[in-house]
Amino acid sequence: MTIGLEHYLTVAAVLFVIGIFGIFLNRKNVIVILMSIELMLLSVNINLVAFSTFLGDLTGQVFTLFVLTVAAAEAAIGLAILVCFFRNRGTIAVEDVSNMKG
Amino acid sequence: MTITDFVFYMFSVVMVTGGLLTVTARSPVHSVLWLILSFISGAGLFVIMGAEFVAMLLIIVYVGAVAVLFLFVVMMLDVDFVALKAEMSRYIPVAGLIGVILLMQLAMAFGPWSFSEGFEARLGSPTPPVEAVHNTQALGLILYDQYFLLFQLAGLILLVAMIGAIVLTLRHRTDVKRQDVIAQMMRDPKVTLELKDVKSGQGL
Repeated sequence: MTIGLEHYLTVAAVLFVIGIFGIFLNRKNVIVILMSIELMLLSVNINLVAFSTFLGDLTGQVFTLFVLTVAAAEAAIGLAILVCFFRNRGTIAVEDVSNMKG
Repeated sequence: MTITDFVFYMFSVVMVTGGLLTVTARSPVHSVLWLILSFISGAGLFVIMGAEFVAMLLIIVYVGAVAVLFLFVVMMLDVDFVALKAEMSRYIPVAGLIGVILLMQLAMAFGPWSFSEGFEARLGSPTPPVEAVHNTQALGLILYDQYFLLFQLAGLILLVAMIGAIVLTLRHRTDVKRQDVIAQMMRDPKVTLELKDVKSGQGL
C-alpha cells in the first residue's frame, strides 16, 4: 500500500483537530492558544502541499508561502499585543482582556 | 513497506505526538520545544511530497523565527503558568468531544476523495518535470510571474507586522539614565569651566 493523498489529508485533519483541542484545553493561556493556531496553520499547509503534489499543480505550494507569511506576521503581532497587555495588567489570563472595551 | 512509507509514518507519528504534547505540556517552554519538533516533522513530510523549498522555508521561518519568538516571549514574561493550567482538567471532556466530532466531520468530508475526469487540463500552473526544472526554480518562475502582485502584498504584510510590533512594544522609560547627545554637544566651556591664574609658590 503506497502513501496516497488520503494519508496526508488524515494526518493534517488530526493535527487540525489537535489545534482546536488545544484552544479549548488552554482557555486561559494566550501563548498556548497562539501555538495551537500555528499548529492549525501547519495542518492547512500540509493539505495545500499534498494537493499540490498529487494534482501536479504548483499553485498549492505558492499559497503555502502566503499562508506562511501571514502566520509569521500574526505571531509577531499577537506576541507584541501580549507583551503590551502584560505590561499594563501584569497577567496574560484571557478573562482579564474584557477591559479592552475602548 | 517501502522506505517512503516508513518515513511517512515516522514523521506523521512524531508530528501528531508533538502537537498533542504542545497543547498538554505543563510548562510553556516545553510546549514551544514540542512545537519545534512538530514543525520539523512537518518539514520532513513536505520533503517526502517533493516540496523541498517550502520544507526548508518551514524550518527557517517557523523554527528559526516564530518558535524562537515564542520562546523569547515565554521566558521574558514572568507569568505564573501553574495557575493558568489549574483548571485544564475541567475542559478535557468538552474539548475531547468537540475534537472527536470535528475529526468525524473531516473524515466524512475527505474520506471519499476522488479527482474528477480530465482534471489535468484545468490545472492553473502544472508542475514541470523534475528533470527539467527543480522545485525552487519552478516555484520562483510562478511566484515572480503569475503571483507577482500577491508576492509584493505579502511583503507589505510583513512590513506592516514589523512596524506594528515595534509600535506596540516600544516605550520610552523615564526612570533610567540616558545619554543626551544635544546637551553634550551644546555644553559651553565658558559656563562650566573657570580658569584661575595661580602664582607659583602660592596656593589658591
